[in-house]
Amino acid sequence: MSATAIATPVADADARITLRGHLRHTGALIRRNLLWIRQDPESMFDALFMPIVFTLLFVYVFGGSIGLALGGGQEQYVQYVIPGMLAMMSMTLSQGVGTGFSQDFNSGVMDRFRSLPIGRGSVLFAKIAVELARMLFATAVLMVVAVLVGFHIHHWAGLFATVGLSAVFASSIMWVFLTLGVTLKNAQSVQAMGFLVLFPLQFGSSIFAPTNSMPGWLRHFTDYNPLSTLADAARGLMVGGPVAHDLWVTVVWSVAITAVAAPIAIRKYTRKT
Amino acid sequence: MTRIDKNPHDAASDAAVTVRGLVKHYGETKALDGVDLDVREGTVLGVLGPNGAGKTTLVRCLSTLITPDAGQATVAGYDVVRQPRQTRRVIGLTGQYASVDEKLSGYENLYMIGRLLDLPRKEARARADGLLERFSLTEAAKRPASTYSGGMRRRLDLAASMIGHPAVLYLDEPTTGLDPRTRNEVWTEIKRMVAEGATVLLTTQYMEEAEQLASELTVIDRGKVVAGGRVDELKARVGGRTLRIRPADPQELGPTATALDEFGLTGPGNATVDTGTGTVLVPILSDEQLTAVVGALTARGITLADIATELPSLDEVFLSLTGHKASAPQDVTPADSREEVAV
Repeated sequence: MSATAIATPVADADARITLRGHLRHTGALIRRNLLWIRQDPESMFDALFMPIVFTLLFVYVFGGSIGLALGGGQEQYVQYVIPGMLAMMSMTLSQGVGTGFSQDFNSGVMDRFRSLPIGRGSVLFAKIAVELARMLFATAVLMVVAVLVGFHIHHWAGLFATVGLSAVFASSIMWVFLTLGVTLKNAQSVQAMGFLVLFPLQFGSSIFAPTNSMPGWLRHFTDYNPLSTLADAARGLMVGGPVAHDLWVTVVWSVAITAVAAPIAIRKYTRKT
Repeated sequence: MTRIDKNPHDAASDAAVTVRGLVKHYGETKALDGVDLDVREGTVLGVLGPNGAGKTTLVRCLSTLITPDAGQATVAGYDVVRQPRQTRRVIGLTGQYASVDEKLSGYENLYMIGRLLDLPRKEARARADGLLERFSLTEAAKRPASTYSGGMRRRLDLAASMIGHPAVLYLDEPTTGLDPRTRNEVWTEIKRMVAEGATVLLTTQYMEEAEQLASELTVIDRGKVVAGGRVDELKARVGGRTLRIRPADPQELGPTATALDEFGLTGPGNATVDTGTGTVLVPILSDEQLTAVVGALTARGITLADIATELPSLDEVFLSLTGHKASAPQDVTPADSREEVAV
C-alpha cells in the first residue's frame, strides 16, 4: 500500500495502449455513464417523453389535416410521421452528449481522466456508446406508442435497418455536439446552441409534412437536409417505397460530418486547457 | 530575481522531478516565466505562492494537462512533453477542486480509476476496498460522493491519486477552502503518505502548511521562483514567528519599539509600529526571545494589554524574502495560524 513503488521504466513502444486496453478503458467509462443514469433516472425522461409528446401532438392535432393532403386521413399520417419521429430522435437525443460533456469539464473529473494513461478517445467513445444505448431504449418505447396510435410496421427488417441508419447518423451528429460541449462554457450554452442548429433542421425537413407544398427556395434546403433523407429512407424501409437515393445521401452526410467533426472534437478535447 | 539552487546533490541522480526554464504564457499573462525546481525522491517540495503565482499552471504542465511554451520538465526520468503517456503512468494528481465524480459512490470512483489504470477487475476491487479502509471511508463507500463532506471528498481524492502507486504525487492546494479541523485531518493523511516515502510536489498559499508538510520550499511569484531552500533555512530568513505586542497605553507604541531595538531583541528585522491596530510587531526566532522581550518591557515599566505570536503570513514571507509585497491579491490566512498568549 505504499506510494514508494519505483516505477518500472516504460519504453516508448510499450507505453502505447493496446486495443484491449482501449476496450477496457472505454468499458470502465461506459459503466460510469450508466451509473450516472441509475443515480439520476430523471435524465431518461427527456429522452423518453419528448418523442411521445411530439408524436401525440402531431398525430392528433395536425394529423387529420396533413393526412387529408396526403390523400387519406389521420391513419395515413401516422404511417408518414412515425419514421420521421425516429429521424428526429437521432438528432435531438444526440444533444445529451454535448451537455453531459460540458458538465464533466466544469467539474474536476475531466482533469483526472486526462492525467491518466488512457487513450484520449475513450472518454468520448464511452459517452457516445451510452447515448446510443439511451436512444435505442427510447426508440423501443416510441415504437410501442407508435403501434398503439395505429402505426403498422410493414417490414420488420426495415425497422432494424432504420434503427441502424439512425444510429449511424446520430453518432456523426454526436461528434458535433461533443465539439460544442468542449468549446462552449456550460451545459446551458450547449443547449441553446443546439436549439439554434436543431430547430431549422427539424422543421425545414420532411419529418412532419411532405415538402412538395413548400416554396422552391426552402425545398433546396429541405431536399439536402440529412433529416429529410433520413426520414424518407426510414419511410421507404419500414412502410415501403424507394430507398436507395435517400439511404446513400444519409450515409454520405454521416461519413462527412464524422470525418470533419470527430478530429476537431478529439483535438479540442486533447488541447483543452 | 534571485534563483537559489537548493539542491546540494547532483540534480540528475536523485531528482524525481526536474524542471528547467519552464515557460507558459496565456496571451500577455506570463503564468510561468522560467521556473527551475527539483523534487528529490522521497521528499516533499512545497511550492508556496499567492493566488495567480503560477502554482496550478505548474502542476498542470507536470501532469501533461497543458503543454509548456518553453523549457523542460522530467518526471521519474520521462519528458512530460515528449513522453506524456509514460508520464501519466507515474504520477498521481489531487487537484485544487476535488476531482472525483460526484454522482458515483466512493467505491465506484476508485474502482473506475483502477480499471482505467489497467488493474484486473479483482485487483481493482481489492485496491478500492483497501484505500477506502485506509482513508476511513469504508462506511461511506456506497454513498454518492456528492453527499460527502469537504474533508471526505479530499480524502477520496487523495485515495484516487494513490491507486496506481505513483512515483510522484502532485497535491495542488490540498486544503484550500477547508475549515481548520478538516485541514488537520487532511494533513494527517498527507503526513502518513510522506512517512511511507511518497515523493510529493505540494502547492500551497499557507506558510503554515508548507512548514507542516514540506522539507524543502520553492517560493514563486508571477511565474518566477523568488526563493528556495530547506524550510528551516527559509524560516530563519523570514524570521520564524512574529510577536504582536499591544501596550496598554497607545502613547507607548514608540517607546516600546525603541526599547526593543535598544535591547537588540528584534531577531532578523526591526520592530515595526502598526498604528492601525495599536501594536508593535517584532520578528523573533525562539521562545527565549519571547521571554526576553516581556522581561525587557517590564523593566522599562511598559504595561502590556496583549501579546500574541503569529506565524508569518504569506505577505510577510514575501516581504522578507523579496523585499516587496506579493503581487497578486492574497487569500485569507488560515484562522488557526495565530495562537494567543495570555499575559
